[in-house]
Amino acid sequence: MEAPSEFVSEHVVPARPWVTIVWNDPVNLMDYVTHVFRTYFGYPREECERLMMAVHQEGRAVVSNGTREEMERDVAALHGYSLWATLQQDD
Amino acid sequence: MSKHGFVRRRGSVGLTLEEGERDLLNTLLGQLLELLEPEGSDAHEQLDPLAAMVGIGTATAVPDDPVLARLLPDAYGDDPEAASEFRRYTELSLRADKQARARSARASLAAPNGSVLSSDELDAWLRTLNDLRLALGTRLGVSEDLEAEAAALEALPEGDPLLLLHDIYGWLGYLQMTLLRTYER
Repeated sequence: MEAPSEFVSEHVVPARPWVTIVWNDPVNLMDYVTHVFRTYFGYPREECERLMMAVHQEGRAVVSNGTREEMERDVAALHGYSLWATLQQDD
Repeated sequence: MSKHGFVRRRGSVGLTLEEGERDLLNTLLGQLLELLEPEGSDAHEQLDPLAAMVGIGTATAVPDDPVLARLLPDAYGDDPEAASEFRRYTELSLRADKQARARSARASLAAPNGSVLSSDELDAWLRTLNDLRLALGTRLGVSEDLEAEAAALEALPEGDPLLLLHDIYGWLGYLQMTLLRTYER
């Protein structure tokens, strides 16, 4: 049985997503940060390098987005690698 | 200090160090383990055994020690209440995981030079070397202003213990780079 289309459209308005942010710090090696993005997120190498450079040059980069629970998982994992990571609702 | 470190040979990775370097890492890892011990009411003898089993602690504030604050940072930058709650549920296990990696690395120091390290051991080394660099770098006040830093070092008298710490910090970075290179194909 299919739901009426107006029922669906009312329920696909997404909530404001949550994001994980990695902040720059003067100690972590650039290659290490790239390695962590590769290992943990499994993003392609070019994407990992782009994110690493954004952290380095802009001071921060959004590295993932999703539900609050998913972002808490990412932040906890990144703290396990000692990256300086936080989560917040996207603005 | 020597240009040894992690080397890939025929698909496996081993670590080669001089005796003094081995002793130094052993000492540093011992200090890191001590630093990461849960404090106050989260000390093992104080903790409710059931809460300890599921990793729930009582610590809700970011540690006062700047090194610990960097190793165990707040998860929410703009919401202190959520940060406290998150810390209560995660800090103990984060400390324990970091300690487990420091112990793994320390244990592998007992093996002779060039002994093959497992991928878990290498991952433990990579992360615990980073923790050591963060600890030392935070104590030394390392910044991205390389010129200011070089000038500050220049001003130190010969034999100043800070110079030795800077050397160690640099060497740990070198060691971590040799390990990172073994991941490249």
